[in-house]
Amino acid sequence: MENILKVPTMAELFAAGEQPEVLFWVGCAGSFDDRAKKITKAFVKILNKANVSFAVLGTEESCSGDPAKRSGNEFLFQMQAVTNIEVMNAYEVKKVVTACPHCFNTIKNEYPGLGGNYEVVHHTQFLKQLLDDGRISMEGGQFKGKRITFHDPCYLGRANGVYEAPRELIRKLDAELVEMKNCKKKGLCCGAGGAQMFKEPEQGNKDINIERTEQALETKPEIIAAGCPFCNTMMTDGVKNKEKEGAVEVMDIAELIATAEDL
Amino acid sequence: MQYIPQIIFAIILIFGIGFFAKNVLRLRRNINLGKDVDVSDNKPQRWKNMAKIALGQTKMVVRPIAGFLHVIVYVGFVIINIEVLEIIIDGLFGTHRIGQKFLSESIYGFLIGSFEVLAVLVLVSVIIFWIRRNIIKIKRFLSAEMTGWPKSDGNIILYFEVVLMCLFLIMNATDSSFQSLGSGNVISQFIAPVFSGLSESSLHMVERSAWWLHIIGILAFLNYLYYSKHLHILLAFPNTFYGKLTPQGQFKNSDAVTKEVMLMMDPSADPFAAPAEDAPDPEKFGASDVTDLSWVQLLNSYTCTECGRCTSECPANQTGKKLSPRKIMMDTRDRLEEVGKNIEANNGTFVDDGKQLLGDYISNEELWACTSCNACVQACPVSIDPLSIIMDMRQYLVMEQSAAPSDLNNMMGNIENNGAPWPFNQMDRLNWVAEK
Repeated sequence: MENILKVPTMAELFAAGEQPEVLFWVGCAGSFDDRAKKITKAFVKILNKANVSFAVLGTEESCSGDPAKRSGNEFLFQMQAVTNIEVMNAYEVKKVVTACPHCFNTIKNEYPGLGGNYEVVHHTQFLKQLLDDGRISMEGGQFKGKRITFHDPCYLGRANGVYEAPRELIRKLDAELVEMKNCKKKGLCCGAGGAQMFKEPEQGNKDINIERTEQALETKPEIIAAGCPFCNTMMTDGVKNKEKEGAVEVMDIAELIATAEDL
Repeated sequence: MQYIPQIIFAIILIFGIGFFAKNVLRLRRNINLGKDVDVSDNKPQRWKNMAKIALGQTKMVVRPIAGFLHVIVYVGFVIINIEVLEIIIDGLFGTHRIGQKFLSESIYGFLIGSFEVLAVLVLVSVIIFWIRRNIIKIKRFLSAEMTGWPKSDGNIILYFEVVLMCLFLIMNATDSSFQSLGSGNVISQFIAPVFSGLSESSLHMVERSAWWLHIIGILAFLNYLYYSKHLHILLAFPNTFYGKLTPQGQFKNSDAVTKEVMLMMDPSADPFAAPAEDAPDPEKFGASDVTDLSWVQLLNSYTCTECGRCTSECPANQTGKKLSPRKIMMDTRDRLEEVGKNIEANNGTFVDDGKQLLGDYISNEELWACTSCNACVQACPVSIDPLSIIMDMRQYLVMEQSAAPSDLNNMMGNIENNGAPWPFNQMDRLNWVAEK
């Protein structure tokens, strides 16, 4: 049963003289990538269920500039940033939530210097807050007792020190959280950061996502949980490469919760 | 005649410290070749970081075995060097074990006794370090950049420490008046029997030789620092003080670019305006040589002791790519040394040598292999940031040379044209809502 998603845009709310509690920054992957769109929808379903007043920028959103900056194109990054900041400031945005750690890091840390000052949270932090405030309730449901390992996105973990919010949520599903040998501060990159997502890797003896997937599979998980659309792609490819796609699923934290709640 | 040893001692001391001071000035000049950055903010946090990371060794012990052994060598070295104070006073004033005059026998005995115990612990740790490097052959000590001088350098430092610790213990063991005290000779009393066959005068000879060699050894070691990777014992302190305070994921925004962007966004800006007559040349984007880096980045390069924790955590390096964050730091230091020598050879000005950090030391392939994951930054026990150098050099490649890999050029073209790294229309951003 597919409920109709309620996804108001900032423009619509602004026209009606309303200000949402939070701007949901969807990001390019969340808007266009087929796998990541499922994460976006899962997150919106939870927001709808919890009656969170939110809006998206829709067609007024543009790339945060992260891949441009990490490739070395500071000019393109700042053009993107300044344009996005103008739009967000015009809508008097105060708080931003996003399911992409790259957008999260860029808007949170690199936009303030260019005039964009917002409270920025990752969707796992936001969901944790909803849970703490009693706005959503979670029961393990189908994940009860399942072995789940969490892959730390670099731009959420090391880059911004967020390690616990996603783990708390997994524990709340009554799942068995198992850690990889490299986790938290020592988490191994999936291989997509620093604009690697958009290019072929340099010559080596292995792809980074394969190395990371091997680490994940060592924990004998039923589910590899992720918190980043790029990590999700890399780990999904890794699981396919290991021909484990029947046994191990790669899911975003938002998808875990939406599925557990049968949304 | 009786003053001759004191005069010789003073000359050695002045020469040793003077030569070291000369190299410190050289070091300062080289570091100051970097661009200025403002790191005067948040002093309390900076002091705290220095106390925790450099003094407290908090990041060393993340790896328990190497960390524990390092703490022993570090504490041992700092504390045993209190003894150097006594040696210097004795040497300059012709006294013998001046500490005994000022301290009660039990306190003096306790101090020297602790030094002796520490000396043995340091000796054991250093031997284990040597075994890790040369027999167990731990992987991070065998990378491509660790052949030749860097490999010998690592071992020479260990030999130095073995010799210094042995000299200290022999000096105590052969000091018959100290041994007869029976206090503080906790270790040396077991070494003393080795020399029991010697006559009083030869014993004194051995004691004096050990004493002289010990202090000369320490001065030699002090002067060796500048030529080796071992400067971290001094530079770890300023380096952790000036280390990054912002979140690791935050990369600095270029002010020069901001100026350009703001001008473009300003509807009242005159599009035909010529730059003012006295306007300085436009700033170069990114870094292709050491002088384009900041002085903190250059300080980073001298602080690096080539432990290789960064490289062993690097996902690109782990999967066989050419990138090694440690090599980035070593290359930066080596090039900086080369530039410094060039300046010295040319009476204070740098004469173009047709070389630069990019290309002659660090290849494009290394730079493009980085995932910017911050594992190297996290792993460094002394707050070195190799990632910032990689990013500055990428910026030069893209903004000054348009030399990005073609996949990335496509990605950037897409962002420019349609606001996403893929060729999707911006007007389709909300299509997911209606899609099944």
